[in-house]
Amino acid sequence: MIKQDITQYKNVWVFIEHNEGKIERVSLELLSKGAELAKDLGCEVCAFTVGDKVEQFAKEVGEYGAKKFYIIENSALKEYRTEPWRDAIVYLIDKYKPEVALVGATTLGRDLAGTVATKLSTGLTADTTALDIDPSTKNLLMTRPTFGGNLMATIFCPDNRPQMSTVRPGVFKAVKNPTKPEIIKEKYDITEDKIVKKIIEKVQTGEEKVNLSFYEVIVAGGKGMGKKENLKLLEDLANVLGGTWAVSRKVVQAGWAPQSRQVGQTGQTVHPKIYIAAGISGAVQHVAGMKSSDIIIAINTDPEAPIFEVATYGIVGDCLQVLPKMTEMFKQKLVK
Amino acid sequence: MHSLVFIKQVPDAAQVRVDYETGTLIREGVPAIINPFDTHAIEAAVQIKDKFGGSVSVLCMGPPMADEALKKALAMGADNVFLLSDRVFAGSDTLATSYALWAGAQKVIQEVGPVDIFWAGKQAIDGDTAQTGPGIATRFDVPLVTYAVDIKEVDPQARKMKIVRLLEGGTETVEVPMPCLITTEETLNHIRFAPLPYLIKAARTPVVLLNSSNTTIDASQCGLKNSPTKVKKAFTPPKRERGEMIEGSLDEIVNTVYAKIEPMLKQLGKV
Ligand SMILES: Cc1cc2nc3c(=O)[nH]c(=O)nc-3n(C[C@H](O)[C@H](O)[C@H](O)COP(=O)(O)OP(=O)(O)OC[C@H]3O[C@@H](n4cnc5c(N)ncnc54)[C@H](O)[C@@H]3O)c2cc1C
Repeated sequence: MIKQDITQYKNVWVFIEHNEGKIERVSLELLSKGAELAKDLGCEVCAFTVGDKVEQFAKEVGEYGAKKFYIIENSALKEYRTEPWRDAIVYLIDKYKPEVALVGATTLGRDLAGTVATKLSTGLTADTTALDIDPSTKNLLMTRPTFGGNLMATIFCPDNRPQMSTVRPGVFKAVKNPTKPEIIKEKYDITEDKIVKKIIEKVQTGEEKVNLSFYEVIVAGGKGMGKKENLKLLEDLANVLGGTWAVSRKVVQAGWAPQSRQVGQTGQTVHPKIYIAAGISGAVQHVAGMKSSDIIIAINTDPEAPIFEVATYGIVGDCLQVLPKMTEMFKQKLVK
Repeated sequence: MHSLVFIKQVPDAAQVRVDYETGTLIREGVPAIINPFDTHAIEAAVQIKDKFGGSVSVLCMGPPMADEALKKALAMGADNVFLLSDRVFAGSDTLATSYALWAGAQKVIQEVGPVDIFWAGKQAIDGDTAQTGPGIATRFDVPLVTYAVDIKEVDPQARKMKIVRLLEGGTETVEVPMPCLITTEETLNHIRFAPLPYLIKAARTPVVLLNSSNTTIDASQCGLKNSPTKVKKAFTPPKRERGEMIEGSLDEIVNTVYAKIEPMLKQLGKV
C-alpha cells in the first residue's frame, strides 16, 4: 500500500450523477451532507462531474451549496461507460486532490466508485448510512451495515486520499443553500474510437423509477398480498395518506411490481415517518431497508411473523381486509 | 474459451443472528455457502463452456475450509479450482482483496492459460460492497460489465460479447471485447442440477492451494496492515423494541391505529 502525503488534499467533493439531462437526487443529498462535513473540516464543498453538456447543472448544484463545480465536457462521455468516465474522473482527482469524494450508491455509482478507487489506490467504503468527522484526527468516519444490516461497522481511511464513500440514496436530506459556484472546466482528450465498450441499446423497463426516499408515508406489501391485482390496496391507502407504495422482494420476483419499488438490502433503504408492512414476513434483508422508520405498523396473519419484532404496532389479521378498512376510515378523517 | 470465476465463501447471512448482550453476531451453526451471486457466475461460465468448449477455472480466497466451496464449484462443472489461502491476507479490505485475487489469478493464467472471460458475483452477501469485481477488472485493465442479467451473444471468432445489464429503471445492452470482467445478478440464469459426469470429475479433481510462497504475491500489498480502510468499531444496531399488539374487532383495530398515529399525521400536516 502506498501511503500518500495527505496534507496536499483539500475540500469535500460530491459526484454529480446525471441521466438524460437530470441530476440524480442522491447527488443533491450528498452536497447538503458534504457542506456539513466541509464546515467541520474548515474547507469547501464542491461538485464534480463528467459528460457531454454538464455545465448546465451549475445552477442546480449551486442551489444546493456547491462552492466550485469541476467538470469535463466531451461528447464521447455523453453516456455512462465505466472506463472513460473513470479515467476522466481520476484525471480531475489527481489534479485537484480532494480529501473526501462522495458518490451515490446507485447502480452507476457503485459501478464507478470501485474502479476509480482502485485506480487511485485509495480506500472506498461502500453503501454508507452515516458520515462524520472525527474531531481529533479530522478523518472521515463512514458507518455502513454488513451482514444484511445485522452488524454496523465504522470505517476510516487514515493514510490515503481521497477518503471515498458511496452513500445510499435517501439517507441524507437535500437542503437548499444557494451559492454561485465557480465553474472549473478541464479539457480531457478522449474520442469514441478509443472506447472499446459500445452501448447497443437502452430499454426502460416497467414504470418510471421511483425514489421511495422522498415519501414520509410508505405502504408496503409482501407476498401475503396474494396476487398482483391486490397491490391496488396499497396504492389506495398510500393515496389517502399522501404517501407511496412499495413491496418486498418476493413480490418483485413474482413479477407483480418493478424492482424500483423494492425495499431492502438489495432494494432501496427508506426511513419514512410511517411504514405500513402488509403481508410481509420481516426477513432480515427486508428489515435492513426499513427498520429506521419512525413508526412501523405490521399487518400479518401469522402472530409469530418476525416483522412483529420490529413493529411499533402489530395487527394480527388479513391485510386484504385491514388495508381497505384503513383506507375507508382514514379517508373520512383525512380528507376534509 | 477459458473462464476464470472469482468466488467467496460466506456465512448464510439469512441465518446469522445477533447476540444483543455481547453486541456480536452468532455464527455458530450457520452454514457456509458459496456467495449466492457467485453461483450464477459459475453457472454462466459453465454454460459458455458447454456451448463453445474450453474450460472453467475458479479462484477463491479464504481460510482452508473454503475448499468446500471449490468442491461445489467442481460439481457445478468447473474444471480447475484454486484456493488462495494465507495468513498474510487476513483483514484485507476491498483494495487489498482485489490485489490478492489479481495476483492469484496470474498463477491460474500461468497454469491453465490466458483468460477470455473473468466472472464475479455482483456482491457478497456478508460484506455487500460490490467492489471486488470492479477492482479486479481495473487491475487487469479489462472492460467491466456489472449487474449482468443476460448474455446475449458470445462471438469467439470476433472475440466479442453482447451483455444485457441492469440500470436503474431499465437495462442496457453493451458490446465488449474479450477479455472482459462480468459481475452477475441472480436473474442471469438458473442453477442446474449437477450432471453425474461433473460429480465424478469433482471427486477426482484436487483443489490447488495457492499462498504467498508459491505465487508472486507481494505481501506488502495485502492484509489488514496494508489496507487503506480500517474498521474503527463494529456494533450491532440498536434493537427495535417489539411494540404493541393492537387487538379487537376490525373497526376497533383501525380506530386504535388511527389514534396512535394521529399526532404524527398532524406533524406531517396531513390532518
Ligand atoms: C441476497 C439476498 C438479498 C435480499 N434482498 C431483499 C430485499 O432487498 N428486500 C426484500 O424484501 N427481501 C430481500 N430478500 C428476500 C428475503 O429474504 C425474503 O425472502 C423476502 O423479504 C420475503 O418476502 P415476503 O415477506 O413478502 O414473503 P414471505 O416470506 O412469503 O412472507 C409472506 C408473509 O405474508 C403473511 N401473509 C400471508 N397471507 C396474508 C394475509 N392475507 N394477510 C396478512 N399477512 C399474510 C405470511 O404470514 C408471511 O409472513 C433477499 C434475499 C437474499 C438471499
